[in-house]
Amino acid sequence: MGEVMKLSTYMLRRVIFSIFSLLGLSVLVFTLSRVLPGDPARMAAGPRAPEWVVEQIRTQLNLDKPLFVQYILWIEDVLRGDLGYSLTTRRSVTLDVIEFLPATLELILLSTIIFIIGAIVLGTIAGRWAYRTPDNIVRAFAYVGVSTPAFVWAIIFQLIFAWWLGWFPIQGSFSEGITPPPRITGFKLIDSIISGNFIAFKDYLWHMILPSLALAMSPMAQTARIIRTSMVENAGKDFIALAESHGLPERLIMLKYLLKPSLIPAVTVMGMSIAALLSNAFLVEVVFNWPGFSRYAISAMLNKDLNAIVASVLIIGIVYAISNIIVDIVVAYLDPRIRYMERGE
Amino acid sequence: MSKLKLRIINLRRKRGSSETQKTSPRVESLKRAWYNFRKSPLSLIGLGISLFCIIVAVFAPHIAPYPEHAGFYINFDEAYQPPSWKHPFGTDAYGRDVLSRVFFGFRFSLMMAAVVLSLVVPPGVVLGLIAGYYRGTWVDMLIMRIADIFIAVPPLVLALAICSVLEPNVFNAMMAVSLMWWPWYTRLVYNTVSSIRNEYYVIAAELLGVSKAHIMFKEILPNCLGPILTKLTLDIGYVILIGASLSFVGLGAQPPTPDLGTMVSEGAKYLPNYWWVAIFPALAIAFIILGFNLLGDGIRDIFVSER
Repeated sequence: MGEVMKLSTYMLRRVIFSIFSLLGLSVLVFTLSRVLPGDPARMAAGPRAPEWVVEQIRTQLNLDKPLFVQYILWIEDVLRGDLGYSLTTRRSVTLDVIEFLPATLELILLSTIIFIIGAIVLGTIAGRWAYRTPDNIVRAFAYVGVSTPAFVWAIIFQLIFAWWLGWFPIQGSFSEGITPPPRITGFKLIDSIISGNFIAFKDYLWHMILPSLALAMSPMAQTARIIRTSMVENAGKDFIALAESHGLPERLIMLKYLLKPSLIPAVTVMGMSIAALLSNAFLVEVVFNWPGFSRYAISAMLNKDLNAIVASVLIIGIVYAISNIIVDIVVAYLDPRIRYMERGE
Repeated sequence: MSKLKLRIINLRRKRGSSETQKTSPRVESLKRAWYNFRKSPLSLIGLGISLFCIIVAVFAPHIAPYPEHAGFYINFDEAYQPPSWKHPFGTDAYGRDVLSRVFFGFRFSLMMAAVVLSLVVPPGVVLGLIAGYYRGTWVDMLIMRIADIFIAVPPLVLALAICSVLEPNVFNAMMAVSLMWWPWYTRLVYNTVSSIRNEYYVIAAELLGVSKAHIMFKEILPNCLGPILTKLTLDIGYVILIGASLSFVGLGAQPPTPDLGTMVSEGAKYLPNYWWVAIFPALAIAFIILGFNLLGDGIRDIFVSER
């Protein structure tokens, strides 16, 4: 009982800590977006607008007030769910987030599944045949995988598997002639199942494969390497020798007694993998023209659409914080020692 | 007072040197580091690739077959030539030799890494030292909470946002990346300092009334150099990656700058027929990052095996 209490207070502390970090992040991006560009009102109006229009926008956006007051007014709106008006899409940024975020989350979720399965398979193969040919191949792959940026993978995959071999679609999310499912949850995979449109489901999934794979490569390589190392370490431990001396079948030892504890170090670096996925999505979505939130954010950035830029950093921050908390829960569930180790205490 | 201090320092020196006698301890430890480093062929490959990239970058104007192709240069007769002996990586839409531009691209990548890291490491390290030394006080709280804010979002996302509100160019990209990179060093040093804050030599120095700056920089900092150096080498690849990503989406270096990321995004327009325009610069990015990652792993192995 006491155990459960401790875990929940730890989690509560984590959540409160994240909220404060996010508030700090909001101050940071808000300040940067109001201070760095020079005159945001001029930027919103465009270079050719007359001075009185700029003046009007300045009053409208509260830019004539001190920065501190501007922030308070802005954060009040944000907490109410109003992220401001987007100059790119000419409507509320909140609506844009609702429209574009699900597609990015779907992509990231699929690549998480791909990289976890891939890493476990590769890591186990390398750990089982440590210092032999399979291990060397996996290690070489791991080095190349970690070093190659996701957008480079994206372009290579697009060239080979889409352009040359024609196995996968080149870009976009639906083929021509496919009716997309009606909007229910915003997650197109779920929507197409709900509406019974399995052709759309298959087509959408087909479009997701290459971008997800490009995103998954680097975390897969990283995680496979960690699993391999900790399997090799654990293989020399007494509990494995015990299992072997009891004559347990090798497959059972490998999968149950060796692989399971070896996954813990891999899970603890999941936060880093998620950071990689979230940031690389920005580039991969551009390559595959994926209609997600990151591509939206990039076009906002190229158009200097301040409200949308600030909102996209905040949204990514929130997604990042939530996924880190989930990772923490998984880690604490797997290994109760971890929760006492925060900040090297 | 100062005599006592000298005696303690001498004692400490003696104890330190008793492990490695004969030649000077510094040479000895360098030798041992090199021995640990060259044990792994991967580290040597990494060192080779890194040196190759640095040499190519430094001597790009002399090595590149067509150095004038680095910037504005148009020769439509030579456009879209596939890889050949004359142009090993082919030519791009303006008839420029892709290989020459890749050589110059190494320059921009390495310059990015050098500028960013030299701007970021000193303040990051000093802040980490201060926060770690004054652990548990308001100074620690202030510095580390501010650092946490920068870490609350993946580095690339914040760098993209900062670049976007500024004018997109190489200089601003460097500034943007530097602005969000220091907290990682602050955190690293903070954690290292926390673990050695209460060692006897630190307490002894405090009791002797040695200045705080002396304790931080002369007593504590040398013990943080291993992790800092390791992170520094691994970060070279990471900064190059971020820089290439920024220019890939159009928020960093602008054409006709021969930046690898810009070259990939420009070349991606001509897929699949003129694939070499994008693919060779893309592979060059992977190559240079691979080199510095292998080198960084080798350096980490040195410090791990010394412990």
